[in-house]
Parts: sequence; C-alpha cells; structure tokens
Amino acid sequence: MWAFFHKLASPKGFYAFSARLSPWFWAAAAVLIGAGVVWGLAFAPADYQQGNSFRIIYVHVPAAFLAQSIFVAMALAGLVFMVWKIKLADMAATAMAPLGAGMTFVALLSGAVWGVPTWGTWWQWDARLTSMLILFFLYIGVIALRGAFDGRDSGSRAASVLTMVGVINIPIIKYSVEWWYTLHQPATFSITSRPAMPVEMWLPLLIMVLGFYSFFIAVTLTRTRSVILHRESAKRWVRELAGEDG
Amino acid sequence: MSLRLQARKLACERDGRWLFRDLDLEIRSGEILRVEGPNGSGKTTLLKILSGQLADYEGSIFWRDAPLRRVHRNFLASLLYLGHAPGVKAALTPLENLAWYQAMAGTGGTEAQRMSALEMVGLRGFEDLPAGQLSAGQQRRVALARLELTPRPLWVLDEPFTAIDREGVADLEARLAAHVRGGGSVVLTTHQALDIPVPMCRVRLGEGKGNVAS
Amino acid sequence: MSRPEASPKSYARGREPEASVALALLATMRRDLLALLRRPGAAFNSLAFFALVITLFPIGISPDPELLATIAPGLLWVAALLAALLSLDGMFRDDFADGTLEQLLLAAQPLPLMALAKVAVHWLTTGLPLALMAPVLGVMLSLPPGSYAVLVLSLALGSATLSVIGAIGAALTVGLSRGGVLLSLLVLPLYVPVLIFGAGAVQAAIAGTSVAAHLALLGALLAVSLVFAPWAIAASLRISLNG
Repeated sequence: MWAFFHKLASPKGFYAFSARLSPWFWAAAAVLIGAGVVWGLAFAPADYQQGNSFRIIYVHVPAAFLAQSIFVAMALAGLVFMVWKIKLADMAATAMAPLGAGMTFVALLSGAVWGVPTWGTWWQWDARLTSMLILFFLYIGVIALRGAFDGRDSGSRAASVLTMVGVINIPIIKYSVEWWYTLHQPATFSITSRPAMPVEMWLPLLIMVLGFYSFFIAVTLTRTRSVILHRESAKRWVRELAGEDG
Repeated sequence: MSLRLQARKLACERDGRWLFRDLDLEIRSGEILRVEGPNGSGKTTLLKILSGQLADYEGSIFWRDAPLRRVHRNFLASLLYLGHAPGVKAALTPLENLAWYQAMAGTGGTEAQRMSALEMVGLRGFEDLPAGQLSAGQQRRVALARLELTPRPLWVLDEPFTAIDREGVADLEARLAAHVRGGGSVVLTTHQALDIPVPMCRVRLGEGKGNVAS
Repeated sequence: MSRPEASPKSYARGREPEASVALALLATMRRDLLALLRRPGAAFNSLAFFALVITLFPIGISPDPELLATIAPGLLWVAALLAALLSLDGMFRDDFADGTLEQLLLAAQPLPLMALAKVAVHWLTTGLPLALMAPVLGVMLSLPPGSYAVLVLSLALGSATLSVIGAIGAALTVGLSRGGVLLSLLVLPLYVPVLIFGAGAVQAAIAGTSVAAHLALLGALLAVSLVFAPWAIAASLRISLNG
C-alpha cells in the first residue's frame, strides 16, 4: 500500500500512472459538459424573473466553484510540499495556478455579462463578484511571486507559503465583503443566492459542475505531466523517454 | 565536553543540479576544516547546511552524536557563524552593534567587555562612530570582535578574511589557532593561503562530488 | 544580569530560555528604534505621503465640503493603508542587506517571536503615527465631529494588523531586487477585511450607530493574524534567506 503511494509520489511513477488516468477524465469532462450545455441551454425552463439570461448560470457557477476549489487544492498541495517535501505536490500546484486564475476570470466575465440584462450595467459591486475579483488578485500574486524568484525551489516554497496564507484569508475576505455589501446595498438582489430552484434547472447545473471538475482534473494531470518533463529534463528516464519517441 | 560535528552521505541538490553528493565529514575539538572549491561549487551552501541554516539536504548531520534537527537550539547556542555580509548595522556604533549580539547570545554583557573586544580587533577610538562611516575592513573587524565577545566552541566562517588588511589577517590566524588549541573548532572557506600551525582537514567541492582529503 | 566573564574554555551556553527571549526581544526593538531614530527620514516619509494623497483628492474630485465629508472615512483609511504599505518594503530590507537578518535567523531564540519584535517596531513608527496624524487630515476633509476618536482608534488597531500581515509579504519579497510592486500585489488583497471594518467603524460613528462591532472585528482580525502570521513570517524569512 505504502509502496504504491511512494511510487505514485515520485515524478516518474506519477507520469506513468497519470498517462492511464487522464484520458478518462478528458472523456468524462467532454461528455458531462456537452450534456450539461445542451440540457441547460436548450431544454431547461426559462427563469420566471430573468428569462433566458439566467442560463449564464451554467457557466458562471461552475467556474466560480472551481475558482475557489483550485485555490484550496493549491494550498493543500503547498502544505504537502512544505511538510513532506514531496516535489510532485509543488509541480501540481504550479500546473493548477493558471487554470485557477482562468476560471476566476471566466467567473468574473460571465458575472459581468450577466449584469447587463440583470442590473443594466457591466459591473456591479456585488458581494460575490467583489470577492471573486479579490480572489483573482490573489491568484495573480501567487503566480507572480513564483516567477519572481531566480531559484525555482525558493519560488516554489514562497508560492506555497503565500497560497496557504491566502487560503486562510479567503473565508475572512468573503465574510467581510458580504458584511460590507449588506451594509451598503441591502436592497439589490444577488445573482446566485436565490431560493429553491426547480429540479429541471439545477440538475443540468450539477452536471455542468461535475463536468468542470472533471475538466479541472484532466487539465491538472496533463499539465502536471508537462511540468514533470520540464523539471526532470536532466534525469535519465526523461531522456530515455525522449529517445524512444524520436 | 567534547565537540563533534559529523555529516554522513551529505548531498545537496539545487534546482535540479547536484552541488555535492556522498559527502562525509567530521569535525572535532581542536580541528579546522577548510572547505575549498571554485566559485559556485556550493561552499557557502555547505557552510549553511553545517550551521543548521539550510534544511534542504539529503543525508544526516550529527551534533555531539545526536541528530542536528533534534538538538537544533542547543547547537545554535554553541555556534558562531559569520557570513558574507558582516552583520553590522550601519546606523549603529560598533558598541551598539555588539550589545545587540550579546543580548541575542543571552547575556546582557557589560560595556567593558565590548570595549575590550573592540580593542582586540584594533578598533579602539572607533567605538562611538556609526558603523556606516567605517571602512569595509573595519566593519568586518566589528563582526570579528564577536569571536572575542561571545565565546562559542564552533565557529563557521564564510570568507572571514574578506576586506581585511595584512596585520588583520595575521591577527585572525592567531586567533583561529588559539581557539582551536583551546578545544574549539572552526569550519571556514577562504581563498587566502592559511598559515596556521594546527591540524587542518580540507574538503574540496566541485566536480559534482565532494572529495575529502586530510 | 551579570555573569562571570567567560574564560575561553567555559563557553557561554545562554541563560534560561524565557529570560533570554525577553532580553533578545527588547534588544532587537531597541536596536531597530535606535537605527530609525538616527535616520528619521523613512518614518517621516510615509506621514508626508499620507498628507499628500489626502491633498490630491479635493483637487481631483471637488472642494465641496459636503461631498468630502461623505467620502472622508474611506479616503482617510485608503490613504493610510497605502502609506503603511509604502513603508513595508523597508521592514526587513536593511537587515537583509547588512547580514543582521541572517544572524537573527541563527539566534537560539524562536524566530516567529523575534520577527514580531520587528513588526512591533514597524507599527510603532508607521501605523501609530499615521493614526495620530489622521485627525488633522480629517479636519481638512470636513470629517463630521464625533468620529475623530473612532478614526484614531480604528486606524491604530487596524494598522497593527496591516503591519503583521504585511510583514509576510515583506519577508517573502525581501530577497528580490524589485520586490516593491510585487509586495503591493501580494499584500493588498489581504488588506481588504481590515479596510472594510476600519472604514466601516468611522462611517458607523458618523451615522451615529454602534461602532463596537466594527472595532471588535478589527480586534479579532488582529488576534487571528497575531496567532498565524508570525509562523508565516518566519517561514518566509527562511525561504528568502536560504531558498
């Protein structure tokens, strides 16, 4: 059992293992997102208040979920890297960061687009959008800090510490932004905190969320593989691999 | 209390490059260990590992036969490390600088002790000048005054002769010899030819593997 | 205090841990305050920056006292926050350059505590003066009476949190030659809660509602950051010095 995990935690072992795993997640992501998009956009009923514009929820909510989950995943990877010195964890965190920033951006963009029919403006200082914007800055900070170090190992450690500090702060930021928002705009309704959605509306949403998570795992596996190759390019097994492939 | 710092199968990798591997070292009371090697061969890294600053290495280090990580606090209380930078604040006078070091060593200390330490490194008359107005060599001497001020058995010195003039070099050599004869030990790097009549081990870094020669 | 002068062979082993930690903390704070006192420019700069930014707003927006009064709490807080941010970069930089930071890491005392001593000095020489100066600028922005005490209190409390959290960023970037802008990027998102409760306290005081909740939350933020941040600062300092 332990030997299996040990092998998995080594870049070489993970590289072989993930090669078998990642196609399944890519396939799952394609099927789920495809089904979710068709169902959500074509068959789910229109919202009685917002009409068809509510359908952007099928992109916005999964993206927002992922944006937060990826940061937590990066923090966990950072913890594993700092405590047990497993370099694979840091490689995974490196691979995840751009996707997380991208998802945050998608959530922001879809929120802004949603704002046009809902509020009549491209941007509203809505509590969720505001904390999403701050999360976006946190992502940029982590990516920039990693890049700012000359030594890769120091950059990895610094990014890990910052991610862990950030993940402790995310709930505090969320809570304080919500408090701020209710103090200033008690009347406006928030785009996603709405009462009971009928089944035919939230089921496609659930499928989309699952699809996005599969997509996240698939992208992480694939990107981690390329980070492994890049970092271990001096190692013999990578050279042999390159030799085999031509 | 016999002093013994041992390193077994020490290896350090930085950003995918091995600085050294399979390095076995031992320093006992009354010995000087000189770390040699070209620039960028990992001399400073090795000194930082041996002084417990860097934890990112493979192999094991023992201080008085106990793993270094476990007796780290105890080890630090026996160590005096001088790095590349002298560790002297420019805005403070040499006396004030030394007072901080005394406090960090756990003793309040007296002004007389600080004065005599400064006198031994030839800084009499400079004790009340901000260190920023002293020359690089004089600032280095302020740092060297710590060798007198806070007696510690193990000295780890990274290029201690930098910016020191000829008499200063002779003084420092004499001080190293006296320290070693008194039962202390020294690990150092230097490009200087050393003239110290005590047993000296050498470690040569570079070539990806440390070579030990006596 | 006194200890027989150590002969070369009886090496000083340090004193009881608690006594030696207190001694080292005091000595470090004394040393940093002394160094600042010799070069008061740095502390003065952030005060001048604070005043300057506040001067820009009436010029950029409007000299209308009523308008200024409504935005004054936020302006004062944002400007103070930026002034505190500006001085962060220097928190460890001198020590890094002259090698005393390396020596601090080698001391037998726990590094999180020693780092906290430096944070305390930073707050004493930036956060606290900014808080004390804020009422003067408040007058210039026609801040309504009755909110001045809360302004000072919220700034004093909040800027302590800013110093503690900011020290993490300062420690992470101290080894980078161009750490300044990056430092703002790392630290500003983390400052949002402090800004919300700090400016909120002043606004509540103006509105005549209770400020207790705001101040209590500011205190809670400080307590939480005092528990977690020192470890992060220590870890970051080790990364910056030793990779």
